[in-house]
Amino acid sequence: MLPTPREAWYIHFYLWVAPKSRASAGITVDRLKSSFEAVHRRGATGIIPFLTVGFPSVGETLVLVSALVEGGADVIELGVPFSDPLADGPTIQRASFHALAQGVTLGTCLHVCQQLRSTGVETPLVLMGYYNPILSYGLERFALDARDAGVDGVIVADLPSEESGPLQSACRPHQIHLIPLLAPTSTDVRIARACEKAGGFVYCISLTGVTGVRQDLPPGIPALTQRVRKHTRLPLAMGFGISQRRHVEALAPWAEAAVVGSALIEVIEKTPAEKRPRAVREFVAGLGGVIPTHGRE
Amino acid sequence: MIADGISLPDASGHFGPYGGRFVPETLMSALEELESAYRASQQDRDFQAQLSHYLKTYAGRPTALYFAHNLSRRCGGARIYLKREDLAHTGAHKINNALGQALLARHMGKRRVIAETGAGQHGVATATACAMLGLECLVYMGEEDMRRQAINVSRMRLLGAEVRPVASGSRTLKDAINEAIRDWVTNVETTHYLLGSVVGPHPYPMMVRDFQSVIGTEARQQLLEAEGRLPDYAVACVGGGSNSLGLFFPLLSDTQVKLVGVEAGGEGVESGRHAATLVAGRPGVLHGAMSYLLQDEHGQVKETHSISAGLDYPGVGPEHSHLKDTGRAQYLAVTDAQALEGFHLLCRTEGIIPALEPAHAIYYVSQLAPTLAEDAIILVCLSGRGDKDVDTVVGMGG
Repeated sequence: MLPTPREAWYIHFYLWVAPKSRASAGITVDRLKSSFEAVHRRGATGIIPFLTVGFPSVGETLVLVSALVEGGADVIELGVPFSDPLADGPTIQRASFHALAQGVTLGTCLHVCQQLRSTGVETPLVLMGYYNPILSYGLERFALDARDAGVDGVIVADLPSEESGPLQSACRPHQIHLIPLLAPTSTDVRIARACEKAGGFVYCISLTGVTGVRQDLPPGIPALTQRVRKHTRLPLAMGFGISQRRHVEALAPWAEAAVVGSALIEVIEKTPAEKRPRAVREFVAGLGGVIPTHGRE
Repeated sequence: MIADGISLPDASGHFGPYGGRFVPETLMSALEELESAYRASQQDRDFQAQLSHYLKTYAGRPTALYFAHNLSRRCGGARIYLKREDLAHTGAHKINNALGQALLARHMGKRRVIAETGAGQHGVATATACAMLGLECLVYMGEEDMRRQAINVSRMRLLGAEVRPVASGSRTLKDAINEAIRDWVTNVETTHYLLGSVVGPHPYPMMVRDFQSVIGTEARQQLLEAEGRLPDYAVACVGGGSNSLGLFFPLLSDTQVKLVGVEAGGEGVESGRHAATLVAGRPGVLHGAMSYLLQDEHGQVKETHSISAGLDYPGVGPEHSHLKDTGRAQYLAVTDAQALEGFHLLCRTEGIIPALEPAHAIYYVSQLAPTLAEDAIILVCLSGRGDKDVDTVVGMGG
């Protein structure tokens, strides 16, 4: 049975016109929200792998992100290299310096996101880095270009809520979430202030320290997440020191997702180039217990 | 300690657009705690009495104000006065701040102190204060700086401090600060970070300035006694900017006094190999504060160069950035070669071996003095003595 002209108009409108006009008005799908909803439906802890853009090369970043998606990554954090990564341990410092030596800039990182989107990657992309490269790029210009590149959020390691106003104002009109970091040392007043402005998710730091692989999960995780949940209904991602499946499993009662950075960089470092996509895919799949169903070599 | 009519930083630690707290969240409550402990210590008579006692009987304050008659005659023109911070215990102005913060750390119940050092003067001062006050001390120092300031490494170790080499980045002061901040993020509950300059997140730029203001407060009084008036110029070298701000701050409201900061011009500002942040940088964020910064067009921090390890830093204190923008102070650069000239000039005319850092200021003064009238007065901060630099200078055939 053919649709009536009126039905045909509705079909045309809802399939083609409305989505485009929504996009052009800047009202896009909140990929982070959808992704965390999917995590919730799955009943598992989401996996957020972290990769430094340009480690080992920009070309490989594109390939490795696809491998992460196939491995079941729920959100992907892309590290923007900086000359003075003072919140990072030796592993991510190494990756960051390597990427800088390859000439990677914030502009390169935005371009990588754009290319990922153009090849059909729909997983939320979050940029993580330090404030000065963003400041130097220009806050407004960054927010605009990030939106055009399909970036969903940004995490800035050295930008606490007191100083985040200008970037927050630049990002909000473009639906780029500024994701706050909270630490075991954050007071309740600070947690409340950060959560008030938060969007996307809240990044909880598992310990007092820098990024890097640790043997055991720190003890303060339940206490921190309980304190943070009093102030927000956003999903919580836990990062720093998380490297193994047993860590991810132990996090399940407390956080919606686990961020894994240094351990992934180390996998890349010790795997020969041709085997990296597979190693990365299996590592991420192994963290979350998702069996990759396609893209096997 | 707030001079008349000047109440910067504001409550959030900003000097105009500069300063603030751009640090990992983990450190924010420690900075809040430090700020309130510092503010309480300013009202605490026992604390202030203790600090004055140590500054007088241990550090040797007040330091002398010396009329450099030979240098003045040699240059022709203005009368040049040297504020002799080189005579303070450990041989530089750094002890003023190290004693203040180490006492504060002890009051806060933090028994472990970490510090960064470039030339090693701040490291030595911190190791000294910690030895005297019974605190554990760990100093981060770039490998390149350990090489060129070897004698200070030995001094720190003799004083019971651990010196940990930093091999990342340019292996100088900037990287030592990164490493100290990483340590502090990890051990924040037990550790005080004894930052050595007027840089870093609030309250450091304010607190270090206040501890160093003893330089300008004394010099102002001493000059009034010697000459019955204030200087026409106050000059000091600027790396992070602690000795210069210590000299300038008590003179800020004396608007007839011209303030000049001398940065490290390295091989020449046009060569790109220098550390002249205020002369050639643009605003950015490094080590917790918004300030002028030597950075490339992508916001990556540049590697710097200076003959003097203490000035070899791509950032600068946020209050200096504010003083530059408001025009209250002027900043210019002196090259390595010119600084060496200043070094030798002071050695031979006055029998004083200056550190290479204030040798930059001495050179500028030697150029400024002849342009001024004979009754003009220039006050220079001689921030440290040059024993540590003897090998460097001799190695250059000097």
